[in-house]
Amino acid sequence: MSGTETRPDRGQSRERGHGPGVGRDLGVGHSAPRPDGTLKVTGEFAYSSDLYLADMVWGATLRGPHPSARIRSVDVGPALAMPGVLAALTCEDVPGELFYGLDRRDQPVLAADRVRYQGEPVAIVAADHPERARRAAAAIVVDYEVTEAVTDPRRAAFDPSCPAVHDGGNVVRHQPVRVGGDFTAPVVVTGEYEVGMQDQAFLGPESGLAVPAEDGGVDLFVATQWLHVDRDQIAPCLGLPPELVRLTLAGVGGAFGAREDLSMQVHACMLALRTGRPVKMVYGRQESFFGHVHRHPARMRYEHGADLDGRLRYVRAEILLDGGAYCSSTPAVVGNAASLGVGPYEVPNVWIDAYGVYTNNPPCGAMRGFGAVQACFAYESQMDRLAEACGLSPVEVRVRNAVSQGSRLATGQVIDSPAPLAGMLRELAAMPLPPEPSRTAGPVAVPPPAGPARAAAATSVPDPAGVRAPGAAATPDLLDLPGGVAQTTHGEGVRRGVGYGVGIKNICFSEGFDDHSTARVRVELLGGEPHVLVRTAAAEVGQGLVTVQEQIARTELGVERVTVAQADTTVGSAGSTSASRQSYVTGGAVRAACRAVRERLAVLRANGETLAETLERAGAVEETRVYRHRPTFPMDPVTGQGDSHAQLALCVHRAVVDVDVELGLVKVVELAAVQDVGRVLNPLALEGQIHGGSAQGLGLALMEEVQVVDGRVLNPSFTDYLIPTILDMPPMRVSVLANPDPHAPYGLRGAGEPPTLSSTPAVAAAVRAATGLRLPRVPIRPHDIAMDGSRYGNWAGDRSL
Amino acid sequence: MTNIAVTLTVNGVVRRAEVPGRRLLSDCLRHDLGLTGTHVGCEHGVCGCCTVLLDGEPVRSCLTLAATADGHEITTVEGLAGPDGEPSPVQRAFAECHGLQCGFCTPGFLCTVTALLRDNPAPSEEEVLEGLSGNLCRCTGYQNIVRSVRRAAELIAGKGDGGPAGWPSGPVRTSGDTGAEGA
Repeated sequence: MSGTETRPDRGQSRERGHGPGVGRDLGVGHSAPRPDGTLKVTGEFAYSSDLYLADMVWGATLRGPHPSARIRSVDVGPALAMPGVLAALTCEDVPGELFYGLDRRDQPVLAADRVRYQGEPVAIVAADHPERARRAAAAIVVDYEVTEAVTDPRRAAFDPSCPAVHDGGNVVRHQPVRVGGDFTAPVVVTGEYEVGMQDQAFLGPESGLAVPAEDGGVDLFVATQWLHVDRDQIAPCLGLPPELVRLTLAGVGGAFGAREDLSMQVHACMLALRTGRPVKMVYGRQESFFGHVHRHPARMRYEHGADLDGRLRYVRAEILLDGGAYCSSTPAVVGNAASLGVGPYEVPNVWIDAYGVYTNNPPCGAMRGFGAVQACFAYESQMDRLAEACGLSPVEVRVRNAVSQGSRLATGQVIDSPAPLAGMLRELAAMPLPPEPSRTAGPVAVPPPAGPARAAAATSVPDPAGVRAPGAAATPDLLDLPGGVAQTTHGEGVRRGVGYGVGIKNICFSEGFDDHSTARVRVELLGGEPHVLVRTAAAEVGQGLVTVQEQIARTELGVERVTVAQADTTVGSAGSTSASRQSYVTGGAVRAACRAVRERLAVLRANGETLAETLERAGAVEETRVYRHRPTFPMDPVTGQGDSHAQLALCVHRAVVDVDVELGLVKVVELAAVQDVGRVLNPLALEGQIHGGSAQGLGLALMEEVQVVDGRVLNPSFTDYLIPTILDMPPMRVSVLANPDPHAPYGLRGAGEPPTLSSTPAVAAAVRAATGLRLPRVPIRPHDIAMDGSRYGNWAGDRSL
Repeated sequence: MTNIAVTLTVNGVVRRAEVPGRRLLSDCLRHDLGLTGTHVGCEHGVCGCCTVLLDGEPVRSCLTLAATADGHEITTVEGLAGPDGEPSPVQRAFAECHGLQCGFCTPGFLCTVTALLRDNPAPSEEEVLEGLSGNLCRCTGYQNIVRSVRRAAELIAGKGDGGPAGWPSGPVRTSGDTGAEGA
């Protein structure tokens, strides 16, 4: 395929439906409305925190205050003596297995002899009122002996004298990648980078309702991302067979990875089974910060070697990910960071060591982008440094090294579907830039601050999208300047910068995981009309999977009336709502089940019969199908080689910022993105994913960080943990490409995560372009710009021949 | 503990509750009156999920004591629709324009936008942004929320049925996989 074809996807649906014209407007490829949209705008949609039963009681959790301590004793007596308290439970009351975990069962249901992070659950109570439950939890007396906390991930990884957070050492996974052996080049750029701990900050806190059942089991209604893996962790802890632990998805107020691990699930079930009453647990915002995993903070060292023309010869990298106190999904996060550690670039020689370690910091696990985000910030920062050193524009250095279909990743895996990165970058660069502020006469080059590397680059880089200054102020609209309504500047000290970022994300679970989904599709007559019921266990967390399932059923079966049942465990696993995988895998399962139904109907159907007549005569038709994507393989533990990923997705961003260099305030003026999604299933929902992912990447670049000092979280609230508001988020320009992946259902490519990768380095690069500072850490804080930026100006190890 | 008898007119219906003096309006609405459409996201007035209209003005119900609302009129998300259940223009616009994903923030946005467009039926872009800057959304990146507000303004102005405003914002197209040119 070559050249460029413009094809508006709106209004097209290439799939065949049964009834001519039926369901076309609402099938695959169209902006079909969300089936839950009306309930969500009327307030009737029941989130997990809204559930209510007349006889329910409330659970609360007592959490340890120390990052590391031995527990000498726990006395629940004072809690039990309080009025309205029905139960107060500790680790001794756990009916079954004492530990759970996604990858390793290393996390205690309730702490036994020690706590390993601030906020670890120690005891739980049930009471007839939420306030009573909270007070009772606070009345439990725990005798702690504080022990040395391991809070430096580098020490945890490499210092043999460092205490072990768990038996077996602090390195959870070390994944090397080794390709080639020539680590010499005429141009070498090095850098050390840091990514702070980001929080998913979904708006609907952890919550659920556990209802004891007459058969000795329990029914749990909960907001989660993966019903079956929840069940498979909960049931052993309760000492129950899985069939007695039934989960139904309650309304989910956002997820972004934070609901992949258990939070209140086992606790609520324990309390329900003990009290014989339905138990509701709802975390407050502060507890939520301690109640779920965060994005791994990272420390990264990179060295890029290239020819004088900017073509990469090698990349060496060390990526250190702080997994905190428990394993969660750290091994898979390390695998992503290692396998995607050089980005979507062709590199003949690679030496990567990625580590995930235990510390006594807050546990870290899944967040949108999952290991690929951290590495992306570092390798993209390096690409900008390489551009500088070689006298190339940021776009050109990326284009010269860009992968395309047929390229090999660092793992040796061949990209076997379209990967038009160079074209995406060119399209992005060709998009019009937002106008300079009205006060500006025109772009004026600003001399970069002193510093040999920067000065050398500045003389040789004719970058049309580089450093600009507003020029002489006329009548600026103060609200448009950095600082906004605070009116901290009249335009003096404000510089504009433009930056680019590129990201590559694996879609679906990788490294040999049996990644599958199950769908049951039933076609029957309801009120004389054909109706389709789709049942899966796939969690709708806001992304719009319910819409896509409906669209697929309409397209495949030509029936307009489709209902997607509430997800529960009465059907096989759908896998996790993560890794941008549900449209692919559950979409594939729904399509397969629909096609099986269609084949049955074709056999049943008499000549000239309508679908309604067939169903009337033959009765309902139901089929269940399991869908698997193609197999993946583990990375070689020594070389990192292997076809570890099912699918790869690309996104590129351009950011335009205004920076008040005196105060360190940044205003993002525009974000532009180009993403290849293979096939557009629902244009409006897709755009929403790109917008939302970009916003979270912007947040990581400029404002979002769980601040942890000595293992303690300093800012567990929305007053102090900042997420972008509507004023922080600029207008977006989005271009969507649809080059089908022949391996995927409908050719689609998972879309939710890639924009979260590339927006962060794009914003950081724009701030660097505006300020001339190195800024090796995100989030970029005002004081990084205004107060101490010069320390980043001179980096040892740089050389340019 | 002495409870206080409060009488609130909620969504046009007179409701009575006996509440402790420290009961928050958000808790009163959700737990005492069973109106769970008002959501609580941060409990301290930052996220705006709990926004309701108190005598028509948007307030954080998590920062308002139920007792101080005694005798006043409250409109929650459940009261935005017309008497026949027909969604209001603002509700309709958010559903049509994909102005929501998980939807947890949506009731707060709907209440804020309802008041904004009542006071200013044709707001400028800046007025929309400033008007909504007290409501957090974690899913949408706000682009489709801005679109929803524009669409709601159109619907209120009677420019009803031309389809959602301003879609799409960018071209959706297929390009060839040209790879790295010259590579």
